This record gives sequence, C-alpha cells and structure tokens, in this order.
Amino acid sequence: MLALFDLQPDEIVAIRLSLRVASWAVLASLPFGVLTALVLARRRFWGKGLLDTLVHLPLVLPPVVTGYALLVLLGRRGVLGAFLAQTFGIVFAFRWTGAALASAVMGFPLLVRAIRLSIEAVDRRLEAAAGTLGASSLWVFLTVTLPLILPGIVAGGILAFARSLGEFGATITFVSNIPGETQTLPSAIYTLTQVPGGDAGAIRLSIISVIISVLALMTSEFIARRVGERVSTP
Amino acid sequence: MLEVDVFHRLGEFVLEARFASDGRVTALFGPSGAGKTSLVQALAGLLRPERGRIVVDEQVLFDHDAGIHVPPHRRRIGYVFQEGRLFPHLTVRQNLLYGRWFTPRAERREGLDRVVDLLGLGFLLDRRPGRLSGGEKQRVALGRALLASPRLFLMDEPLASLDAARKEEILPYIERLRDETGIPIVYVSHSVAEVARLASTMVLLAEGRVEAAGSVGAIMSRLDLIPLIGRDAAGAILEAKVVGLDRGTDLTILRTGAGDLYVPRLDLAAGTVVRVRVRARDVMIATRPQTDLSALNVLEGTVAEIAAVDGPVVEIRLDCRGESIVARLTRHSVERLGLAPGRRAYAVIKAIALDSPGLVASRSTLVPADAEESAP
Repeated sequence: MLALFDLQPDEIVAIRLSLRVASWAVLASLPFGVLTALVLARRRFWGKGLLDTLVHLPLVLPPVVTGYALLVLLGRRGVLGAFLAQTFGIVFAFRWTGAALASAVMGFPLLVRAIRLSIEAVDRRLEAAAGTLGASSLWVFLTVTLPLILPGIVAGGILAFARSLGEFGATITFVSNIPGETQTLPSAIYTLTQVPGGDAGAIRLSIISVIISVLALMTSEFIARRVGERVSTP
Repeated sequence: MLEVDVFHRLGEFVLEARFASDGRVTALFGPSGAGKTSLVQALAGLLRPERGRIVVDEQVLFDHDAGIHVPPHRRRIGYVFQEGRLFPHLTVRQNLLYGRWFTPRAERREGLDRVVDLLGLGFLLDRRPGRLSGGEKQRVALGRALLASPRLFLMDEPLASLDAARKEEILPYIERLRDETGIPIVYVSHSVAEVARLASTMVLLAEGRVEAAGSVGAIMSRLDLIPLIGRDAAGAILEAKVVGLDRGTDLTILRTGAGDLYVPRLDLAAGTVVRVRVRARDVMIATRPQTDLSALNVLEGTVAEIAAVDGPVVEIRLDCRGESIVARLTRHSVERLGLAPGRRAYAVIKAIALDSPGLVASRSTLVPADAEESAP
C-alpha cells in the first residue's frame, strides 16, 4: 500500500511537467479564448460559420490528426514552424512548449464554448446603461462585461485545464514522448504500461491524475459559485 | 433648451417627431407603441435616427446633415431606465459612483453625500442591487444618473414597474431632483397623473408622430386631444395657491384663476403653489347658480367649446375667467340644458372629487428619508 505513494523521481518530473504544460496552455490561450468568444457571440461577419467550425474542429477530429496537423504546420520544417524559429527563435517541435500548444488547441473549443455562453447571457441593457453613464466601449467591457462573464471564464479555464491534463494523442504525435521535456502524465502512464513491471507506477500516476482532476473540478465549482453569487440578479 | 427633429424607421413603424421645449420637465406622453422609448433612445444616442437633428442646451448631439453623432458616453445624459439597470456585481455605493468616475473632475457638480442625502440612500450603500426593493432600485438609479452630473435627465417610465404605493414613494424624490438640482428632465410616461404632477411641458405622441406639444395646462384642456389622453384621466389643470385652512370646516382653500376651491384638509403652508387636476368626469354643469347642493365648489364661466362626437358622451370646455375647465357630460344633458358656445354656465365640483391622491400636487412635497421600508 505504501508503495503506491512512493513516487519515483521521473514520475514526479512527469507530474510537474503536466501541471506546467496545462497551466501554460490555459493561461496563454485565455485572452484568445475571450476574444474568439466575443467575436462569435457579438459580431456578424462573413465566414463566422467557418471560424466556429475551425474552433470546434479539435473536439471532433481524432487527436492524432490534430497533432499531425500541428507537426506539419509548426514542426521544424513546417511552414509556420520554420518562420517562427528563424524570426523569433520560437520552437515548438519536441519541446514542452509544443506540448502546451497541443493542449491549448485541444482545450480551446471547451474554453470558447463556456465563455461564449456566459457572454450571450449578459444583459446588454446593462452595457447600454454603462455607456450613458460615460463609459466608452473599452471601459464598458472592463467594468461591466468582464466581471459579469467571470464565472464563464473560470469554468472554461478549468475545463480546458482538465482537458489539457488528459491530452495524449495530439501531444505524442506533435512533440513525441521525451521524459522531462514532453512526457506528461498520460504519456508517462502509457509508457509504464508498455514495460514489464511498470504496473505499480502506472497505477500511482493514474491515481494522481484522478486526484488532480477531481480537485480541478471542485475548485471550478467553488469559484464559479462564489463569483456567480456576486454577479447574479435574483 | 431641447430641440428634437428626428425621422427613423423600425420595420413598419415610422418615428417622425419634431418638437422644442424649454420646460423644466418635458413629458413625452402617449400610449405604448407611440415611439416614446425610441425617441429617448435617440436622445441618449443609443439609437441613431436616419435623419434629423437633436440639440440639448445649444450642444448639437446629432445632426444627420452635418454628420454629427455624439456617442452615448460623451452626451452626458442621465438615463433612468424603467427597470433600473443597476450593475448586479457592484454595491449600491459603487453603482452610485460609477458615472461620477467617468465625469471629468471639473464637471463633477454632485457629491456622494449630498445625493445620498437627497434620495435617502444612506442605509443601502453596502448592499448589492439584488437585495433592494423595486422602489429602492429606482432611487439608486436616480442617484447614479445624478452623480454623473448630466446636462439632461431622461426618465423612461421610471415608475412603470412599481405598484401604486411605491410610485408614491418615488415621486417626491423625482420632484426633489426637479426642484433642487435644476437639471432639465425629459419624462416618459403614459400616466396622466404623473405628467400632471411633474411636468411643465407636454409632448403628446401617437403612432410615432407628435400630435401636440405645449404647456401641460394648454394640452390637457384641449378637447380634440382627449381621445389620445384617455377619457377617464382627461381634465383641466389649474395652478393654485394655498390660501389657508378653514378651521371651522377643516377644509383647505385653494385660490385659482377660475375661483376658489375647497378641498379636504391638506397639510400645506399658506402660499404653497400647487397644481390641481380637475378630471372632466368629476365636473357637473349647471346653468344657474346653485345653493342647495352638497357640492362646495362652483366656478362661474361661459361655454367655450363643445366637442363634436358621436355617441352618448360629450366633452365641453368652460372658460372660467380665462382658465379652462373641461367637463364630461351626456349628450342628453347638453341638449336638455341647451348648452351652446357663449352660454353662461357653472362648473360644479365636489370637494371629495379632489381628494384622491395625485390630484392636488404641491411643487415640493417631501417625505422624511427615514420613513422608508426596505426589502428583507
């Protein structure tokens, strides 16, 4: 029983890497998520259906396909990858940043959906009222819209975080399975199941995964409720 | 000074309104669907008319030909909405200060303390809007608009969602804003009682058009507008001054241009200026002076006008020493008495008929701020 919690150093590395990858994936995609949700909820333009489909694509595509698309686009010899590497020195291929990018792409639909729903629930008459009180569009967004959609942003962020912790297919296709660099929890568990005597480690990491996921969901519920109480009109 | 001339189409509905007003309170009056809300939205900049021009205090807010459309947040117009529209995520204090924060320092005319005092909001400051009663919400909304130091108030049926008791609770505060801040008010309503009580100028809207505009007294005594105003509510308005209380009878005497009126005791000081609404349905007509009647108020005048209408009911207007009194009679009575323009006649009004709330309104009726109820 004790052996269950006797984590090996490389397992600890995998856990920490997973948390780092998931955190970065969510934090870096959050501004884009809010922006995309705003555009989808509020704007009418040609190609809106296309954008909507594109955002939702990772939800329905086999993750391996998404990973392969990222590899083709952003790999060292990819169209965008080569450009980014040469111009800005940003490299995704076979780095933890690549794992974060793959996670972000996979979690993006969930993030956008949650935020979009909360934006559509905002009473736009409140925004008009703020305008008549002297607030410009930007201030209306910062002082009225943003606080009111905060529960949606938190909920979406946590969903994306949880999705990111479970990301496997796209990550392993895009950045492979390098211990300490791109070997996140699911990859580590998968590797352990492929070697003789790896069962104990696989079970340990699986339990850790369950604990992290449950904690994330509970935190999300708690924060959403706290924020929700503050902004709802009974 | 307010000048409006707008044209706008919304589907089938066409708003084509043109009026000017320099009244302290301009009432936009009309049935629902008359275009009142579209008109105030155009004033606030929330709706951009297809054509026209809007000028407030010599500042052009909208001019289609000149390509001017000042955005809402630069108009400095204090919009009070029917449903309050308080920000649910902010406390009452934060709601109140919201507009003030966006007002340039040099143009902040109102301080939080004074507004809290004026509207009796002291005990609400730390609450959130979700825990306020309907009446309290509207008072906070009034304060929030006032603290943005607006050059004009727009009140879009601010009492429509409240019950009668709450209306009576808010009206004195609106009168306070009118009397103590000096900011002109555009007041949207379909209630004759509110208009008669608050407004100096009245713009009558029907189906997107201005049917009439002018002083409340002049509009209310026009027989041709009675169908638009509503038969039950229609009636002349008299400006009056409290003479005093008759101790023997416990009646208050009001001096109007048409003659003195006796009404059951009003707790108003002598000299107070009041406005009396004499509903047409409450007026009887006699052709000889009457003494053996219970009704106390008899105003002498001549028949000025008899409305031409089909059906059993007719409105007539009496000229009583230059003031108008409107009466609603059966056609039968008009014929029986031989009433015709120029004929001497007496308007008979029961003192009791003037005893309903809202018919006699002083220029500043105040209730103490601590006599408030609040939501649990």
